[in-house]
Amino acid sequence: MTVQGWTLILLYTALVVVLAKPMGMWLFALYEGRETPLHRVLGPVERGFYRLAGIDPNAEQGWRRYALHMLLFQLVVLLFTYAVLRLQAVLPLNPRGLAAIGADGAMNTAISFTTNTNWQWYSGEVALSNFSQMVGLVIHNFLSAATGIAIAFALFRGFARREAGTLGNFWADCTRVTLYLLLPLCVIYALFLVASGVPQTLASTIDATTLEGVKQTIAVGPVASQEAIKMLGTNGGGFFNANSAHPFENPTALVNFVQMLSIFALGAGLTWCFGKAVGNTRQGWAILAAMMVLFLAGAGVTYWQEASGNPVLHHFGVAGGNMEGKEVRFGVAASALFSVVTTAASCGAVNAMHDSFTALGGMIPLLNIQLGEVVVGGVGAGIYGFLLFAMLAVFVAGLMVGRTPEYVGKKIEARDVKLAVLAIAVLPLCILGLTALSAVLPDGLAGPLNKGPHGFSEILYAFSSGTGNNGSAFAGLTAGTPFYNGLLSVAMWIGRFFMIVPVLAIAGNLAAKKYTPETAGSFPTTGPLWVGLLIAVILIVGGLTFLPSLALGPIADHLAMVSGQLF
Amino acid sequence: MFNDISSALRPALVLTLLFALLLGLAYPLALTGLAQAIFPDAANGSLIERGGHVVGSRLIGQPFSAPGYFHPRPSAAGAGYDAMASSGSNLGPASKALADRVGKDVAALGLPSGSRVPADMVTTSASGLDPHISPDTALMQVGRVAGARGMARERIAALVRENTSGPLLGFLGEPRVNVLELNLALDKLAQGSARPTR
Repeated sequence: MTVQGWTLILLYTALVVVLAKPMGMWLFALYEGRETPLHRVLGPVERGFYRLAGIDPNAEQGWRRYALHMLLFQLVVLLFTYAVLRLQAVLPLNPRGLAAIGADGAMNTAISFTTNTNWQWYSGEVALSNFSQMVGLVIHNFLSAATGIAIAFALFRGFARREAGTLGNFWADCTRVTLYLLLPLCVIYALFLVASGVPQTLASTIDATTLEGVKQTIAVGPVASQEAIKMLGTNGGGFFNANSAHPFENPTALVNFVQMLSIFALGAGLTWCFGKAVGNTRQGWAILAAMMVLFLAGAGVTYWQEASGNPVLHHFGVAGGNMEGKEVRFGVAASALFSVVTTAASCGAVNAMHDSFTALGGMIPLLNIQLGEVVVGGVGAGIYGFLLFAMLAVFVAGLMVGRTPEYVGKKIEARDVKLAVLAIAVLPLCILGLTALSAVLPDGLAGPLNKGPHGFSEILYAFSSGTGNNGSAFAGLTAGTPFYNGLLSVAMWIGRFFMIVPVLAIAGNLAAKKYTPETAGSFPTTGPLWVGLLIAVILIVGGLTFLPSLALGPIADHLAMVSGQLF
Repeated sequence: MFNDISSALRPALVLTLLFALLLGLAYPLALTGLAQAIFPDAANGSLIERGGHVVGSRLIGQPFSAPGYFHPRPSAAGAGYDAMASSGSNLGPASKALADRVGKDVAALGLPSGSRVPADMVTTSASGLDPHISPDTALMQVGRVAGARGMARERIAALVRENTSGPLLGFLGEPRVNVLELNLALDKLAQGSARPTR
């Protein structure tokens, strides 16, 4: 580990904290439905959309209607992308004449992008035309992010409103976030990316003749426009197979730094927005503090392990940190940091191959996903996932003192806790169940590239990533088979919507309650004691659930690595 | 329930279409126009031309095997530096295949036992298209390049140093050498010194 590496990690963390308030203020304006300066330009677009679609943006919706409309919209956009992929061969912007995507693959990808997972069984530059990337995938990168934020807004309203029957309007939330936040940010961001070397062209390939006279065909395309929303919306689906490790997606260390910031920007902003929405910004800061402690602990472990390197290679005289699967321009520190950021959030973009990380260095990204990606987390999904843990934490605190727990002015009662536990329990059930199934069935065992415990880690990572809607992979796994495409589709769908629907039910339940003012007997949810309790609850729930599976995978792998036992 | 679904059908269908037009077509096409107008070089892949034809991209590594050129890192992209098939090796830390490959590559360097090998020299990158090597990896190849070209080691070593970039602002990025640019500079230097000096 070097001073430069730690400077990078600490400066990054500080900048995320600095970004939380300005991004939060922007989000809060949209949460309230207030006019922003951007309304002057984009207001007519918003109103035009509502008129054509027959939407009344002021029509308040109860939780059931909000959920139903959200689900129906997801289904329609999902089928749209499925159609685009299935019809790829006859659609425009396909100069290479790429064939249509098969049914299981197209369904997997459509679900993957709808659920903000962006798990990719295919290689972008091999399988997809520019049209499929632009029209089929980018639309989800915006809308799945906007949907996540809309759900978060609905839950915030549940806490903030008193004796109310409604949570806002899904269509208005989703449209406003897309038009007044994601789209303008992406235009500026994408231009910065192009200026730094990310291609933006409708061409598909370029032919070069190398200095040694070999023909090299280079894949290009409209990369920058996809890259911007891929990071900002914590989608993570790369234009190329190598994702943000590809020099065309992530050409410089500066771009890499900005990419990492853009993964956390909206998630951090949402913590501030939550505090503001419930009338006490310290509530938001306490959440961000707990997140940053967990984040720094993870970043520290992965950086330490990657910088220590692989003893198996040291044996041959190879010096220093683990550079297998890493790019020289990023080195060990920026690769380790990126891996922890992308899995703490539910982004899933990668700038290094997690599969080739040291055993414990790669365990942290895996664990981050298994904890529910609540360390900042995906846009929207991070904060609503975290608030479930917060409800669990006040419940635990309430049990200890024998009082009905309260959180930000609302009593947390049996129904709320049951729903929260339901949402939290779905994840491990799905991850561990499907991993166990794949670890015994021949179709499942055909997947891993690596043998021994690392092969098990590849399967475990895949279902953690799918269920957690992350999308990164231990990419040695051959996942483009009907078996994995099918099971991972199920995992992604369950991980997204078996979480969102209980969250909306909780929001509806909370909105109907009356305000409970804080008294001397209330457990304070802003101080260091609270932050400590939050961290403990997250680690205990995650730790107890997943430790056995981690012992079979990364921990066994680590013991093999240090003792020179090869597979 | 049924009323709810039917009332949501029109918004869902129409918004999908409108957003597809706005986000799927208008946004990337407008950006392509802007990018092509303002940053044409970068927007088209940062290509390098020599003698009127494209020899590659500044950002994409390419294979070199002649002893008179600096060599890039091992690559797992296709058969090596296949810019249509970016990929890492995805071999795990305790993989026998990884240990065998690295062992073979280290042995091929023919170094005295106990020598330190820079990590990037015998490991594959994440993309398989890494355009860079570390300065240490470049300096270890100076002897071979100088021998093959019949040029002075010091001149080649000086060229490596000229082509080394450091971290931005002291903390962003690692010391690195762009292999294609270094080899282009090498060809240029060789051309210059081969010219009769009358």
